[in-house]
Amino acid sequence: MTRIVGIDLGTTNSLVAYMDKGTPCVISSRHERAMVPSVVALTDNGLIVGDPAKEHLTRNPERTVYSVKRFMGKSLADVQSELAYFPYTLTEKGGVIRIQLGEKSYSPPQISAMILKELKLRAEAFLGESITKAVITVPAYFNDSQRQATKDAGMIAGLEVLRIINEPTAASLAYGLQEKTQGTIVVYDLGGGTFDISILKLKNGIFEVLATNGDTHLGGDDFDQLITDLLLKDIRAQHGLDLSTHPDHMQAVRLQAEGAKIRLSETLKTTVSLDLPDGQGRFTRELTRDQLEALCSPLVERSLGPCRLALKDSGLNPTDIDEVVLVGGATRMPLVRQRVQALFGKEPHCDLNPDEVVALGAAVQADILSGGTTDMLLLDVTPLSLGIETMGGVMSSLIRRNTTIPASAKEMFTTYVDGQTGVDIHILQGERELAKDNRSLARFRLKVPPLPAGVPRIEVTFLIDANGILNVMAKDMRTGETQSIEVKPSYGLSDQEVERMIEDSFKFAADDVSARKVIEARLDAGALITTTEKSLADGGHLVPAEEVAKIRTALSALASAKEGTDPRAIRGRMADLEHAAKGLTVAMLDDSLKQGLQGKKISDVT
Amino acid sequence: MNGHTHHTDDRRELQMARSMCCHCQSEMAGEYFCDRCVKVQPVSKDLDYFSCFGLPRRLAIDTQVLEAKFYELSRAFHPDFYQNKSDAEQSISLGNSAMLNTAYRTLRDPIQRAEYLLDLEAGAVKDIRTSPPADLFEEILELQETLDEFRESDRSSQHAATLRAKLHTDRTNLEERQRDMEARLQQLFGRWDALQDRGEATEQARAERTLILKDMRDILSNRTYVKNIVNDLVATIA
Repeated sequence: MTRIVGIDLGTTNSLVAYMDKGTPCVISSRHERAMVPSVVALTDNGLIVGDPAKEHLTRNPERTVYSVKRFMGKSLADVQSELAYFPYTLTEKGGVIRIQLGEKSYSPPQISAMILKELKLRAEAFLGESITKAVITVPAYFNDSQRQATKDAGMIAGLEVLRIINEPTAASLAYGLQEKTQGTIVVYDLGGGTFDISILKLKNGIFEVLATNGDTHLGGDDFDQLITDLLLKDIRAQHGLDLSTHPDHMQAVRLQAEGAKIRLSETLKTTVSLDLPDGQGRFTRELTRDQLEALCSPLVERSLGPCRLALKDSGLNPTDIDEVVLVGGATRMPLVRQRVQALFGKEPHCDLNPDEVVALGAAVQADILSGGTTDMLLLDVTPLSLGIETMGGVMSSLIRRNTTIPASAKEMFTTYVDGQTGVDIHILQGERELAKDNRSLARFRLKVPPLPAGVPRIEVTFLIDANGILNVMAKDMRTGETQSIEVKPSYGLSDQEVERMIEDSFKFAADDVSARKVIEARLDAGALITTTEKSLADGGHLVPAEEVAKIRTALSALASAKEGTDPRAIRGRMADLEHAAKGLTVAMLDDSLKQGLQGKKISDVT
Repeated sequence: MNGHTHHTDDRRELQMARSMCCHCQSEMAGEYFCDRCVKVQPVSKDLDYFSCFGLPRRLAIDTQVLEAKFYELSRAFHPDFYQNKSDAEQSISLGNSAMLNTAYRTLRDPIQRAEYLLDLEAGAVKDIRTSPPADLFEEILELQETLDEFRESDRSSQHAATLRAKLHTDRTNLEERQRDMEARLQQLFGRWDALQDRGEATEQARAERTLILKDMRDILSNRTYVKNIVNDLVATIA
């Protein structure tokens, strides 16, 4: 069985984890932290991902994509209200959003695939084997289109997505594995862009989700936005400047806002300060935790509505909850902790790193799928009701929300007119009465043999699989023949489009690899420069002056190569520097040996 | 009920017809797995939910036992454990899991359990009550009028306040009625179980069985009707 990794594809950050002898671990690369910022930038050297791309947020805002998860499985109309906040250009083609990067445009699954590919490469470098299979997490409240888009992203990245798993339930797996908890737990997951609440019953290794609820448009990003708006207003008042027309400065303000929010979880006040455009001075202001909380309180309150609904759906009271687990970076905010504690009457648990716990849980689920872990089983639910449009534009519910998955429902269809050869079926997801108020998932035409009205009997099975994704099958009850159904998603890529994007991704892979080589070489060069400079400072006196001069020359040659885009040149100058510093390294080793021996008698050493 | 109500009075015969492994074609005696090739078998469409959990057709169920059996069968069928198996086995696992989840959801809830038992014992009846039950006829007609009047009224007026107060009283009365119906249902459930336990094949027992099922069906449909009225009422005055 090939290895399956677990991936947390987050709004702000993404991580990859694997199971190491029964313990889930996150994977970090040589010079970097485990978290890969979910940012993709188009530079002169091609597309780059993660921390290096994040640097382009302020330098190159129109060509740097962040928070792409917000657009997964969405149409342009769905995100109209927030378009103004994003510096990059969004368009739409065939119900799918396109993000303009330079001359090309990409669908959100393609951008997400670039992040996934980065994680795949990290895992391959770390584990020393090819990775082709993954479990990817999504917010529990993601609908079918958003789940499908995530699966498409995996395929484009060259990963077989064996399971789409909900983030809060993934967290519960990691938590349950570590704490060996039994009883009823609540997972409150406030991430960068989405909010989920899940209530689970843990018993003898079974993790049964009782109810889930959420808001796919509520997260840390929204807090940052409120602070950004406040800062922009201040800058306008103090300096008469409207920065909202400067994408690069807007991003600088947004990053300052995010930084201030993070700092205010630790301290009671902080200072925000940034350079204004065209040398117009510097903006500085103080922000207190009280001010932040007054600003963000309505957002935190908004998360409590879904919590109450989930409690109601599970038929439980707050007193029935044994433990509350916090997940997602935004739960570090003291206000969030206070409000959650007030609602459930229990001090929430935060002993697991809220940034990593979802990826760790995905690794546990990956291990279950590969047959490694056999004592744990997750029984998840579908977050939204699934139904079809019936006469008068009303939604008829077939599978209710919070039904354990896999779940299926059968519906019999017939004709109203003699000789009718097709029945149009419109599949919906949501809780509203009218079809038009719910999410349109797909439409398809059921083929019917031409017979007198009412004679054909076609049984359609709607099956939600363990990924929370819908499958449709039809069977002619008269002949027993099954019919394959081509479902055209309302807001998603068709199979052919995904195929083409997979091909494209191979074509561009060469460019991506060279961009990656440059980045890696630069990182390695940076590390070598730092250590050599330190050696010079500590042991420069141990070697002749001309040798020090040679080292300095090699150092500056490497520094200038590092600014360039030729990875071979960088590697070459690195070799030169290592060669030039050889004498210094040996001298320092000798010296440290001598130091170690000082004050000791020969008899002590031999 | 999602249409999972297919059944036959002679399911034993149908089960027999399926007693061949769908993978190795051997005659097998195992319940859900072939005794010879140890592969999962599709749960027969004609297996009722009670039999699926190894429970007798009673309306009082030990929910602890039901849950334990549900977890046990989930471990046997869940797609998580079939990732490395053949496509045929994966597809059976998916179908069985979906069926198991429906069965558990149905039997876990006492009302759905009773409705399901009625379907099994007396056949599915599609007639959903559209007019008020006889003993509530006057009361409900009057309530509908008050509701209409309230919907059209100016919510800030004194008249609306009076109507609201009246609707509150109606709600209390209807909820009392619901509790009453539930108590009567519980009684019927007990009588049904006792009759089954005695297992008599007399004319008298058959007559009682028919009577209990009829009463149960009446109360269940009245209950659904009143429940919808109350939901509508609550939504209107909220």
